[in-house]
Amino acid sequence: MKTSSLHPFRVIVAKEISDHVRSWRFIIMVGIIALTCFGSLYTALSNFGSAVKPNDPEGSFFFLKLFTASDGTLPSFLVFISFLGPLLGISLGFDAINTEHNRGTLSRILAQPIHRDYLINAKFVAALSVISMLFFALGFLVIGLGLIIIGIPPTAGEFLRIVFFLLASICYVAFWLNLSILFSVQFRQAATSALASIAVWLFFTIFYNMIVNLIAKAMMPPETAQVQYIIGYQKFILNLLRIAPSQLLNDAATTLLMPSVRSLGPLTMEQVHGAIPSPLSLGQSLLIVWPQLTGLIAATVVCFGLSYASFMRKEIRSR
Amino acid sequence: MIVLTGLTKRYGSFTAVDNLHLTIRKGEIFGLLGPNGAGKSTTILMMLGLTDPTAGTVEVCGINSTSHPIDVKRKVGYLPEDVGFYDDRTGMENLIYIARLNGLSAREAEEKASALLRRVGLAADAGKKTGKYSRGMRQRLGLAEVLIKNPEIIILDEPTSGIDPSGVREFMELILRLSREDGITVLFSSHHLHQVQQICDRVGLFVKGRLIAEGDIDGLSQQLFAGEYLTVKARIAGKNERLQDTLGNIEGVVSVRLQDGVYHVSCSQDVTANIADAIVRSGAGLLHLQKEEYGLDDIYNRYFEGGKA
Repeated sequence: MKTSSLHPFRVIVAKEISDHVRSWRFIIMVGIIALTCFGSLYTALSNFGSAVKPNDPEGSFFFLKLFTASDGTLPSFLVFISFLGPLLGISLGFDAINTEHNRGTLSRILAQPIHRDYLINAKFVAALSVISMLFFALGFLVIGLGLIIIGIPPTAGEFLRIVFFLLASICYVAFWLNLSILFSVQFRQAATSALASIAVWLFFTIFYNMIVNLIAKAMMPPETAQVQYIIGYQKFILNLLRIAPSQLLNDAATTLLMPSVRSLGPLTMEQVHGAIPSPLSLGQSLLIVWPQLTGLIAATVVCFGLSYASFMRKEIRSR
Repeated sequence: MIVLTGLTKRYGSFTAVDNLHLTIRKGEIFGLLGPNGAGKSTTILMMLGLTDPTAGTVEVCGINSTSHPIDVKRKVGYLPEDVGFYDDRTGMENLIYIARLNGLSAREAEEKASALLRRVGLAADAGKKTGKYSRGMRQRLGLAEVLIKNPEIIILDEPTSGIDPSGVREFMELILRLSREDGITVLFSSHHLHQVQQICDRVGLFVKGRLIAEGDIDGLSQQLFAGEYLTVKARIAGKNERLQDTLGNIEGVVSVRLQDGVYHVSCSQDVTANIADAIVRSGAGLLHLQKEEYGLDDIYNRYFEGGKA
């Protein structure tokens, strides 16, 4: 043990991290995520030969295929992250504040010489660092295993793309984490806040697409409509889809992991005309997904801001 | 040590604490006595700066709690009502965590925590998870936690609720000993009159957000029953119309009330003999004469149960 005295903020963060790591629900979530990731890695590797085609513009980026390739039996790494990530975020945050309150520890901690926001900030920082460590560990394990099995090291560009993809997924999980922290400040019962977070998650993963489809059908322009009109319609539908955070992550991840993707919206023949079917540079790919990344970060910050404000105004009573 | 000036807290139209003035001196044990919902906890939260007052100021050790809560919380140990711990950690771990939040290093925290656990009699249970602690043990652990920051003041909010009588006695003795040995100022809130009576130097009576009286226990009953020192109850045989006036004219009698054939005579001094004499001389047969002095029980009944009605 260290003998120097730590800043109280770091003491809380350390305690929260050790709480997370010891908790059964975290161990279970990690187990599920690790298993599915290695499952998807296995399927990606087992038909790796067919995934890499000659004359593919992404041919030089076949390492990235580890994260996106799938033979249809198991979804890819990317799909698993966008599906299980929210659950991980929710499971780390849904009882952040209300359990402290119900156990009677909140007033006790706040009676110590610390600022009130230390507690909520520390909860966020602790959960976020746990998530980051987990994701980077998983991502690098996938890289390492791929390296052993394929035998060809990734290029620097590929490595950076993977790092950015991991960062984007961390932002995505951070959004769900903050949403569940917000609910944990708002609702007295941990079960209520967990259900509320899961309801939002289900809404965005299942029902939101259905609703957008309904709108899309209702607004479908006739086939004889002018090109601008059809493009406008498609853009509108895409933007509707992008309200869902998972769509933002998908957009960002596909662009980062498939360097040949040059636009996330519809492209006309004139725009494509003259373009060489070659991969984009990392900088260009990042430029394309910049709005998506900003959107994810903004949603995260809004949720955190709301929970911060309502926590600071909360009346601290014993139980 | 603690100075409250014109302290007021309103929740919407409900006034929880109403224009409270109170001074607590260094080294004393002050009891805040009042029924549930009288505003005791709200007052305590304002002293710690956990709740902002609507009006008035709180000064603890000369520091304004509302504007500098951190400095206040460094000097004040607070044991909330129904204290909670991290149930999946041991008593020792819980204590070390709090110690480190107060800026102690890991080694200091550990030394201090084990010393304090010994002091509150929990040394044998230090390695047990707090989820398995009994109510009394939790309160003692709470007290250890309060002491770990070397406080100048400790504030205990209903520390004895839910503990069995022998546990209460032990706990009160522990508080008393700590206060005397270390010269710590103690503020103690309770709705149990007898516990307050046992250890407190001074008592403040708190009803509906107002402090109706403060002082030591003798001073308190004089303050509250000014002019009504004791009541003499006399049952007489037969009826005597003029007796009420006769009794009222005795010097020292404040009021006379006839209820179910029993005269209730409130006196400002002990004039029982004169009353008995007057009754006998009036020709009525004196059946029963009882002298009732006001104690804290009556304070309790009169103000608390009156306060609820």
